[in-house]
Amino acid sequence: MNANRYIARAADVAARMIGGEMMIMSGADSSLYSLNETASILWQAADGVTPLAQIVERHICADYAVDPATALRDAEELAQDLARHGILLLADAPVPDATLRDTVPPARESP
Amino acid sequence: MREMGAKALKLGIPLGVQLDLTYRCNERCVHCYLDHDDHGEMTTAEIRDLLDQLAAAGVFFLILSGGEIFLRKDLFEIVEYARKLMFSVKLKTNAVMIRKAKAKRIAALGVESVQISVYSHRAEVHDAITKLPGSFRRTIEGARLLKSNGVRVSFANVLMKHNAGDYPEVQALAAELGVGYNVDATITPMMDGDRSILDLNIAPAALEQVFHNSTLVGNAEEFCAPPSGPLAQADALDTLPCSAGHTACYVSPYGDVYPCVQFPLPSGNVRKTRFLDIWQHSPQLKEVRAITMADLQGCSSCTHGSSCSRCPGLAYMEGNMRGPSTQDCEKSFARTGVPSANLLRKQAATARQEPASGAGTPSPLSAKHTVIWMAAQS
Repeated sequence: MNANRYIARAADVAARMIGGEMMIMSGADSSLYSLNETASILWQAADGVTPLAQIVERHICADYAVDPATALRDAEELAQDLARHGILLLADAPVPDATLRDTVPPARESP
Repeated sequence: MREMGAKALKLGIPLGVQLDLTYRCNERCVHCYLDHDDHGEMTTAEIRDLLDQLAAAGVFFLILSGGEIFLRKDLFEIVEYARKLMFSVKLKTNAVMIRKAKAKRIAALGVESVQISVYSHRAEVHDAITKLPGSFRRTIEGARLLKSNGVRVSFANVLMKHNAGDYPEVQALAAELGVGYNVDATITPMMDGDRSILDLNIAPAALEQVFHNSTLVGNAEEFCAPPSGPLAQADALDTLPCSAGHTACYVSPYGDVYPCVQFPLPSGNVRKTRFLDIWQHSPQLKEVRAITMADLQGCSSCTHGSSCSRCPGLAYMEGNMRGPSTQDCEKSFARTGVPSANLLRKQAATARQEPASGAGTPSPLSAKHTVIWMAAQS
């Protein structure tokens, strides 16, 4: 496992937090994905310049009772899965262009 | 997608918004429902602020339309900002102004799709409708450029008297170019209520042909099956007429908010009130949301109740948002050959009027309507 991996949101996707669930539409084929809580955390933190290990440490280990090595392994599997669907980029070097995107503004939870 | 819609409905989220950036246009289509003067369009800064508000409100699908959107010099700034906010952006255009650089930029911005108005495969027919010489050639060139840059493109083929028979060839042209194709057989009244352009609607026989064409409507047998009767009372109470005002709305270039582009019920203006306040608290939108199928006068008991495509906006423009939309009654008849309760009522009213008022009295129906329900009785 490479601890210095980077994740970035794919540039051609659409995304919005709706009712606490991150909805993402692939730019490649318009498929719609719904991310669970931890996947949403990774997605929102995927700025292309923060190492995955650091994201996991800051956002996963801090909030969930899980050891860093296990969390990183799970996170990388998840990132690979999202990358296969074309909604996340997984790289061995920073992807600075990804920082152009702001954090997705959350939608209000109820009317 | 259905789950997403259901969730948005439950949470009161405006999942889709059509934002018209301008009503100005380089074409003057004979059937257009807009006035093309600029009455004070929102500035770039106002639109950016509105996009921030729409994103915060939970809008996912953003349609940018007009008028002709490429007449806005700040179009790419707007699209770029919308994509930065991660909307799924769809553009509606006539593509006349799209050349290589613009096609490339649209592709680079990750626009979901571009819908292009094409009226005929014959340049002379298309150009006669748009009243812009050379528009067909440029539109098709624009479509090719977008396609070659990897942008998803679809043709929107509005049918009217001028081009009623051309759709198979437009469909073939779309297939040849590898782009999508949608047919729209409804000419709608102008936004100011002027209904004169409805005379351009295609004849009932032509509409019937469209509705029985499986390549256009999917399973034609199913689509044109006899009506299965009114909705059960319990279903009628739960069933919403459409997404307008429920999970979708429309914003004009001047900031006016309406339930839908085809439903010009003024519900607020984003220059005076925050979008979310309008969405949540506008009395007009609340009224639209309060309507269920059970409330529809003359429709809730109609035999087409469970399969009708009734548009509340067209009903509103006809005078009553809780009433029937005669254009949709005509569609139901063209699909199934069975007249709606509304058409039968109009028939009875006309029959009562005729002996008393004589042949010179204008009928509430156009000649086309009369032909439809008379045919239904034979």
